[in-house]
Amino acid sequence: MQSSTTAAPPVARAARRRLPLHWLGLAPFLIFAVLFLILPTMHIVLGAFRTPEGSFTLENLRGLNTDQIKAAYLISIKISLASALLGCAIGFAVAAAIVLGGLPKFIRGPLLTFSGVASNFAGVPLAFAFLATIGPVGLITVYLKTQMGIDLRLLGFNLLSFWGLTLTYLFFQIPLMILIITPALDGLKKEWREAASMLGASGLQYWRMVALPILFPSLLGTLALLFANAFGAVATAIALTGSSMNIVPILLFAQIRGDVLGNPHLGYALAFGMIVITGIANGIYIWLRARSERWLK
Amino acid sequence: MTKLWSWGALLFGLVYFTLPLIGMTEFSLKMRRGEYSFDAYAKVLADPKFQETFSYSVLMALVTIAFGALLVVPTAFWVRLKMPWARPYVEFITLLPLVIPAIVIVFGYIRLYNTSSWLPLTGTAMGTNILLMFGYATLALPYMYRAVDTGLRTIDVATLTEAAQSLGAGWGTILARIILPNVLVAVLSGAFLTFAIVIGEFTMAALLNRPAFGPYMQLLGANRAYEPAALAVIAFGITWACMGLIQLITRFSKHTRAQR
Repeated sequence: MQSSTTAAPPVARAARRRLPLHWLGLAPFLIFAVLFLILPTMHIVLGAFRTPEGSFTLENLRGLNTDQIKAAYLISIKISLASALLGCAIGFAVAAAIVLGGLPKFIRGPLLTFSGVASNFAGVPLAFAFLATIGPVGLITVYLKTQMGIDLRLLGFNLLSFWGLTLTYLFFQIPLMILIITPALDGLKKEWREAASMLGASGLQYWRMVALPILFPSLLGTLALLFANAFGAVATAIALTGSSMNIVPILLFAQIRGDVLGNPHLGYALAFGMIVITGIANGIYIWLRARSERWLK
Repeated sequence: MTKLWSWGALLFGLVYFTLPLIGMTEFSLKMRRGEYSFDAYAKVLADPKFQETFSYSVLMALVTIAFGALLVVPTAFWVRLKMPWARPYVEFITLLPLVIPAIVIVFGYIRLYNTSSWLPLTGTAMGTNILLMFGYATLALPYMYRAVDTGLRTIDVATLTEAAQSLGAGWGTILARIILPNVLVAVLSGAFLTFAIVIGEFTMAALLNRPAFGPYMQLLGANRAYEPAALAVIAFGITWACMGLIQLITRFSKHTRAQR
């Protein structure tokens, strides 16, 4: 490196002539990304604005305006938002407990490892685990019924519902929150707390006026990531509910398999809507993460 | 007071996370009426469909890992060495699979690479397998790239490369014998994570109609009672093993590094 900066112009010229070769090193990656990530997505996005004949139209997006599709988006957003909010709150409480709560040190390692496992234990098997636990003949359901005389079904609880899906999604949402927020909590400097208490702040005031404002971007950012995470979850939902639940991923799955909406280009529009929603959520995440990293160095 | 809160939060987490695990384990043992047995496991393991789909997914995972490593290691190396300014852009691309849901990506594949297109990958079984492998590589890209890039940060790429070049090594030698051994731990972490993702993946395999483990589990879940719970236990074991191996190799590598 150093020799090239001190060397004579011919070397510099040679370097300039070799410049396109630098790109060659990146070519395999770029070709892969374009062919299997960017082009397929672009195809969906463009397809959402195209008639079967190929001309521009907004008719597909307008086609989303049916009761079934609107309801699907609404419940999808509600489930994603609820599981993200609860996952954030509970994950934060657990992470704060192990980082700041004065629990024995040996808990931390295993808990973080378990979080790594649980956040990856999604999809079909996760649905089975919850069916075996609080499904119609699951462990807890049967125990409550036979030992305590409580019938969950009579109380209105059903695994194939808004709360059932939310409860199941929390199994990967909470650990993901713990994994992301623990480093942020580690970044809270002891001096800040000491300085606050020296100025007469109570514990609550420290949290409200110092710690939470600093953590706020990472909290909100993780919330966005968890939201997108739940919104795109297909496997868990299908294994849990079959196709009985009207949420966007299941609807899109059925549409790809057999064109249940009766218009192939409506599928494009449906998928486009998913990209827009997760895109907005993740855009917020990326923007806020960049902001929070300034404070936590 | 704080301590009480902390124990409360931890206890809540413990209860919430252990109950489904206990539930699925207990349920998987209940196939024989009135007593616990491993009948469900025996039945699952003896099912030829299980063996077929499981080995298919293992093979897919291994091929995906090999392809992912071959793609990511040279790219991350090259970006660090020659085009540091391009790092944010490459990183952004690798994070895209977290933004775009897998179902949307595979929907694009189906429409873009169908039999009437310029690259008719879905026309043959082999072509579809390759397409599915590329799909898995896309899903694993954020994790693989991040792992390798973090691994590269700990070594002095420029100096190592120049030293190797002045000894007459070509790019292939540098990558295979200098860079790869140095980031092997990172590559292995990425590999195990990729394995955990691919082995149970459902959406892409189901929509591309390949006989993978994920769709098999879903099909069994729709038709049987006890076998799915046994499958869930097996899948949890695999995930646990992958994460455990990541921990193990990172700890092992820290140990050797400290001795130096």
